[in-house]
Amino acid sequence: MSQPFFELHDFKGGIHPAENKHQSTELPVARAPMPSRLVLPLNQHIGAPARVLVQEGDKVLKGQLIASAEGFVSAALHAPTSGTISRIAEHALPHSSGMSGMCIEITPDGSDTWCEHQGLADYRDHAPADLLALIKNAGIAGLGGAGFPSHVKLASSHNKPIDTLILNGAECEPYITADDMLMRERAAEVIEGALILLHILNPERCLIGIEDNKPEAIVALKHALQASTKDAHKIQVIGIPTKYPSGGEKQLIQILTGKEVPSGGIPADIGVVCQNVGTAAAIHNAISKGEPLISRIVTLTGKACAQPRNYEVLIGTPVNELMQHGGIDAGLMQRLIMGGPMMGFTLTDLSVPVVKTTNCLLAPTKKELPVAPAAQACIRCGMCTEACPAQLLPQQLYWFSRAEEFDKAEAHNLFDCIECGACAYVCPSNIPLVQYYRYAKGEIRIEKADKVKSERAKQRFEARTARLDREQAEKDARRAARAEAAAKAQAEKAAAAPQPDGAAPANTASAASPAPVADLEALQKKLDAAKLGVEKSKEKLAAAIAEGSDKAELLQGAVDKAMERMKALATEIAQAKKAAKAAPAAENAAEKSDPNSPERIKNKLELAQSRLQTAQERLSAAKAESSDLIPALQTAVEKQQAKVDELQQALQASLAGDTAAPAAPENPPATGDAFAQQTEQLQQKVLAAQSRVDKAQERLSMAIEQGSDVLDALRMGLDKQQQKLSEAQAALAQHLAAEKA
Amino acid sequence: MALLNISSPHTSRPGDTGGVMRQVLYALLPGIVLLTWFFGPGHLIQIGIAAITALACEALVMVLRKRPVLFYLKDYSALLTAVLLALALPPLCPWWVTVIASAFAIIFAKHLYGGMGYNPFNPAMVGFALVLISFPVAMTTSWTGPAELLNAKLTFSQSLHFIFSARDGIDAVTMATPLDVYKHQAAMQTSDEIFKQPIFGSTIAIGWEWISLAYALGGIYLLWRRIFTWHIPLSVLTALSICSVIFGWDADTHVPLSLHLFTGATMLGAFFIATDPVTASTTPLGKIIYGAGIGILIYVIRTYGAYPDAIAFAVLLMNFAAAFIDQYTQPRTYGHNKAKRGLPKGGK
Repeated sequence: MSQPFFELHDFKGGIHPAENKHQSTELPVARAPMPSRLVLPLNQHIGAPARVLVQEGDKVLKGQLIASAEGFVSAALHAPTSGTISRIAEHALPHSSGMSGMCIEITPDGSDTWCEHQGLADYRDHAPADLLALIKNAGIAGLGGAGFPSHVKLASSHNKPIDTLILNGAECEPYITADDMLMRERAAEVIEGALILLHILNPERCLIGIEDNKPEAIVALKHALQASTKDAHKIQVIGIPTKYPSGGEKQLIQILTGKEVPSGGIPADIGVVCQNVGTAAAIHNAISKGEPLISRIVTLTGKACAQPRNYEVLIGTPVNELMQHGGIDAGLMQRLIMGGPMMGFTLTDLSVPVVKTTNCLLAPTKKELPVAPAAQACIRCGMCTEACPAQLLPQQLYWFSRAEEFDKAEAHNLFDCIECGACAYVCPSNIPLVQYYRYAKGEIRIEKADKVKSERAKQRFEARTARLDREQAEKDARRAARAEAAAKAQAEKAAAAPQPDGAAPANTASAASPAPVADLEALQKKLDAAKLGVEKSKEKLAAAIAEGSDKAELLQGAVDKAMERMKALATEIAQAKKAAKAAPAAENAAEKSDPNSPERIKNKLELAQSRLQTAQERLSAAKAESSDLIPALQTAVEKQQAKVDELQQALQASLAGDTAAPAAPENPPATGDAFAQQTEQLQQKVLAAQSRVDKAQERLSMAIEQGSDVLDALRMGLDKQQQKLSEAQAALAQHLAAEKA
Repeated sequence: MALLNISSPHTSRPGDTGGVMRQVLYALLPGIVLLTWFFGPGHLIQIGIAAITALACEALVMVLRKRPVLFYLKDYSALLTAVLLALALPPLCPWWVTVIASAFAIIFAKHLYGGMGYNPFNPAMVGFALVLISFPVAMTTSWTGPAELLNAKLTFSQSLHFIFSARDGIDAVTMATPLDVYKHQAAMQTSDEIFKQPIFGSTIAIGWEWISLAYALGGIYLLWRRIFTWHIPLSVLTALSICSVIFGWDADTHVPLSLHLFTGATMLGAFFIATDPVTASTTPLGKIIYGAGIGILIYVIRTYGAYPDAIAFAVLLMNFAAAFIDQYTQPRTYGHNKAKRGLPKGGK
């Protein structure tokens, strides 16, 4: 079967490092011996760690599911041999950071007994979705290196039309020959895997890309293709020029299709799905034989390795046991690299296991891969630019990363860097460029995470401020409404008060005309209250304006209203005064309205004291809520305190004056007169207590509404006020009863 | 066994910066040999003076900067600067001119900007420009004539004598350069008449044509070794040629293209000076713009300026623009629809 001419495309850049592949291809793949234990990390793939299904002490059979895929992007885990679960604990992982993670440890029983398993007779009788489920249950994750769960890759491309399936057999990294040997020895499995993938994806073609330094593999695959009894006409085996990193997914796609995977996108965006040849073989084993992914081919090579060759290794085999079997001389090797010399990572703990993505253990001697000499200054030679397969400007990225100008590095497409290491390889100054890029990427990721965090905090803070403002505005509106209602109620009460007041002491001598007097006093009180209200509103307004709050307008309205009311009250008072003068007991009334009389002062004092109390209560409430009105309230309290002090002094002076001049020009107050006064005082006390109770109740209900945490204190306050009110009411009743008696 | 934790890649191409510089020095050898053959041993002496001065200055600065002296001397960059500078200077210029130029190149143009890799201006050209402006007489009257036009062959001791002590009698061995001659006589004579002068020989100009070819050969060797890319040399030569053909087509009034390309320091400049990576543009497109700028400036300064040759000023002027050019000539990255231009706004 002759292959039609196939047009290859080149990718920019790339390098030609020494291949060093022949050492490990001289001998066929051997089966590594059963290790003394198997360590199976729960997270050998990209995505969520698998969920453990077994317990310590459980007996498991070869191929038995021991951890299932947790969520969609995850891969299952199977026992690579029969044995006992000896431990489920943290263990060092094969990772560049040297971190550890949860692992299931199995002590093999040596019998290597399979659990019951069965493949499909013919995958073509099954729907792609069923095959995907089988692949998922077989725990297959990309064997090429990244370890992305295969079923996810295949399924996520389902909603996009796929025209090309690419099998990656390029294996461009020096030293590694695992895929090469797999293709040579198990070409049929690869082709079968490709056919299954074709059935699942139904693309127009399948291209198997292999670097032309693996002629045996190319021949083997072509033979297998010819030998295939199935409809394999869509499959083409294509030799591509040997150039690192042609095996990079993006580069291989470019070579074979001429198309570029969009930055930040996936191959499916351009109608391509790419799978490693090893993954294809694993898929064949899972579908046609029912065998999950429990082993893989690993290259042991390097000059510290007595006989470099490839081994079929059970997943979970500790590296040190494999090294021992493979004849790696730990004394000769200068470091141990998992993966190839370009993108592999060094191991610092040899007890780590071989995982699904482990393709090579490279044990070079000191001479073979010398540690890079001290970095020299960058001379901007631009060799890195020539080598970069992603057409980046590695040198600029280096300067920006070095100067921590991460925004500029990002603007120079830092995140399109695939960390292939070509730039660092060619750098004559031996600058560890890739390390700079990793550092910059890490810093940018951290920066971004922080930004997201602080953005969330900002949103939270703004929402809270808005809520507090809204609540404050509502509170103010309620307070204004309440003040108005209270004033109205008081006016009504005051209007109603003369009735009993006038009726009850009708027979007393001095109660000649109590109505206008009470009226006048009530009005005076109202005026005082109004004045106070205006003052407070003005203060609040000033505070609001200073804060630039949007409540200012609202408050301005309240102030205007209060002023109006004050004016109205002032006229009323003037009228009432006139009326009082006109009344028969004008003298008495005049005395009552004398602002210097002890009673008046006492009244004023009481009022001031009550206001002080209110102000103090409000202040403490504000403190509990840590409101921003605290300073304004504090000044209000101070003002009230000053007023109380002043009034107390005035009262004392007035009383002293009274005693000093007992022979007042007026008649000494009659007992009836005293009684009336007392009655009035008690009534006022009741009224004051009533208003305090009202206030306390309102505050409490408001607090309940807001879910404030001072509820208990407010409740207690309300109880106290109610008690005081009942006391005052009792005292009044007693007084009146005594008078009647 | 040490379990070293080293990040990838674990292998690198053998060689270092010193190796790159050495390659450039090797590539200069044919030019140096022919220079000596045609114009006497003056340049060899100048190279010696410049090299000793440059290396001494480099070592001095390294001691002052508390850096390992040998590590930096081994990068050959100071030596390369010295050789390029010496090749640009006239062969018989007084020794102190060379010393001043070399010292200024290394101390001021290179190390005061941060040393290797950080200097925005080509050190050799800064040193050259300094002495060209400061000592015009010494710089214009020290070019030796081609050996075949001199009555007596210029010997090594004679050259030493002219360079280090008395300069009387130097007129017998020095001549104006072909570019100088043509530029000053083009106004009075036709092209044919000018070319009849012995200094132009039978083809273009005695000696210069071969030396230019030798430099070009060296440059092609470096291209083959991938020390630099084709972008800068090609664009310098192309731009200069286009300017010469379009604006200087009339050889009776203008210096002809052959003289532009094969006399003076054009080939040395295009392959060895403009390609100095530290001070050049680094993006592929940027290199083309940078080289073209140099080519145009060479033509402009040679034709309308006071100096017969113009490599130094052309290169230095484009050095100013290199960083800027880079920002606007980023290549299109894999997977992107188009190339980015400039830097992010609000950047540091």
